[in-house]
Amino acid sequence: MVTSFLSVQEKNGMKERLKVEHLSVSFFTDEGEVQAVRDVSFSLNAGEVLAVVGESGCGKSVLCKSIMKLLPENAKIKNGKILVNGEEIAGYGERRMRELRGKLFSMVFQNPMTSLNPTMTVGAQIAEAVRAHQKDMGKEEVEQRVTELMQLVGIEQAEERKKAYPYHFSGGMRQRIVLAIALAGNPEILFADEPTTALDVTIQAQILDLLREIQKKLGTATVFVTHDLGVVARIADRVAVMYAGKIVEIGTVDEIFYDPRHPYTWGLLRSIPAFSRGKESLPSIPGMPPSLLHPPKGDAFASRNAYALEIDFEEEPPMFRVTDSHYAATWLLDERAPKVVPPIGGNTDGT
Amino acid sequence: MEHEILLDVRHLTHIFPLSRKTAVKAVDDVSFQIRRGEIFGLVGESGSGKSTAARCVMNIYQPYAGQIYYKGIDTCDRGQFRKNKKMLQTTRQMIFQDSGSSLNQKMKVRDIIEEPMRVQKIRPLRGSYEEEARFQMKYVGLDPEYLKKYPGELSGGQRQRVAIARALTMEPELLVADEPIASLDASIQAQIVNLFRHLQKEHGFSFLFIAHDLDMVEFLCDRVGVMYHGKLVETGPARAVFENPLHPYTKALIAAIPIPDPRRERARAVPDFSNTEFSRTGTLREVEKDHFVLMEGGDAG
Repeated sequence: MVTSFLSVQEKNGMKERLKVEHLSVSFFTDEGEVQAVRDVSFSLNAGEVLAVVGESGCGKSVLCKSIMKLLPENAKIKNGKILVNGEEIAGYGERRMRELRGKLFSMVFQNPMTSLNPTMTVGAQIAEAVRAHQKDMGKEEVEQRVTELMQLVGIEQAEERKKAYPYHFSGGMRQRIVLAIALAGNPEILFADEPTTALDVTIQAQILDLLREIQKKLGTATVFVTHDLGVVARIADRVAVMYAGKIVEIGTVDEIFYDPRHPYTWGLLRSIPAFSRGKESLPSIPGMPPSLLHPPKGDAFASRNAYALEIDFEEEPPMFRVTDSHYAATWLLDERAPKVVPPIGGNTDGT
Repeated sequence: MEHEILLDVRHLTHIFPLSRKTAVKAVDDVSFQIRRGEIFGLVGESGSGKSTAARCVMNIYQPYAGQIYYKGIDTCDRGQFRKNKKMLQTTRQMIFQDSGSSLNQKMKVRDIIEEPMRVQKIRPLRGSYEEEARFQMKYVGLDPEYLKKYPGELSGGQRQRVAIARALTMEPELLVADEPIASLDASIQAQIVNLFRHLQKEHGFSFLFIAHDLDMVEFLCDRVGVMYHGKLVETGPARAVFENPLHPYTKALIAAIPIPDPRRERARAVPDFSNTEFSRTGTLREVEKDHFVLMEGGDAG
């Protein structure tokens, strides 16, 4: 069922940058095998932002890192395909991957304070990234490119500011510099892992708009990892909701916010405090996520799910199709399931 | 009872020296009160001095200037502190952001919860130390089975509950919670926030709640204070501050909160504040009942 929705987008004529099929990644620890990513499939087109949401430990970051092959040694891709521009890269060795990183895909991390070198000027750090990808570039050209990149990420007076050190900049400006470094190799796919979490809200919107603007300009496909649904609303074209290493629901941003189908997505949306103003308590999802060391039998969400059916405890639900772009893994979508009125959604007027 | 002031912070200033010549004013002339039974939220960007203020309140830092009165006792005065030491150290409790590092990894949950009672030589209300620990565990929604575990074996939300249970053994009146939910997941955040609400409503605990999640603060807090670069720029009832923000920084902060609704959020332009320096001079003036804003001289309103 998953493959059918992937092919639909190809038919639509959009340029598909990334396609992940049945990806499973495990960590082998002293206690046993931790199944961090379990049978994940999705695709990503040029110029598109896919937001990945879910709780910490649900496999969001591991998913990004496994595509870039930045996993620690005890982790292994057990199964699945990773296709970048139609090319299978799951089997590539470290040397090939090193050539691809930065050029094909790049990453922006959560904390701009720790991803920059405090003892180097920002200009030198951006230049380093430029040279890494274009080794034959002359000194003049590199300087030119650094200025261009700084202007691209909205830093004014780039010429003077090149000579400044990271501590001269505010958090938001530092994140712009990190972004300039990430864009130095003209990547086709950008992974952004909670890039605004460490920033003040007053700066967050600017960084999000900037990301969006650059990504439209350059046609970069972006995977945006976050847990803030307000941020998702601002930046995403499509949303993948992850739970216990699996994508439980995927769809366009409107489908996920206004017509969610998975009980976990319901729970996430309902726990947003903005919807509970003036109420006594926040609707919360009881219990906590299962251990991925021994994932439970059946649906991993079943024990926390007020809408769980008997079959949820026995068998994992497949991805059910809602529309061509909207899929959810819940037995509630099976035609034999009882009809359930979702506790949220359908509020297209935005109240 | 309703309006009894439990904590009164007056003109608190704290300075961290950076070198012999330079210093940073982390908290600059901040005054606020917490009434008994209320949740007071302190918001502001990281580095605005929220945590420093909280640490001064808990006597972790000795303030550079200003007074802090807790139940009428000047806690910064060494003599008065010594005289009331036991009361001050039991009835004020703190919960930190990262319970992964604030709980001793080498102690079992049971010992962690019992330790403050042993240190303070308090006779547990429920007979034995263990009974008390079991009671508090159940109270915060944890299975007493976890008493035998180490913090490393628990999830973030569970560890945060252990930290709360430990604080509750002291029968506190004031709980200072420094970003207690920042490191937790959305679904677990709601559980902890509901627990705080319950502690306040059913048991009359007072809270100093520090957070940068403005939606959560608006939901949970009775009154809020907004900090900006060490200054308290606005304070008042949560509803007044969120619905009628008056200081330019508060306005910017509230305007910037993303709305979890894609159609509305994408249609909304957020002004660029990245190069804005907001005013932080003047004095706090009451513009409506209980609602204070930092502004330059002249008449209020």
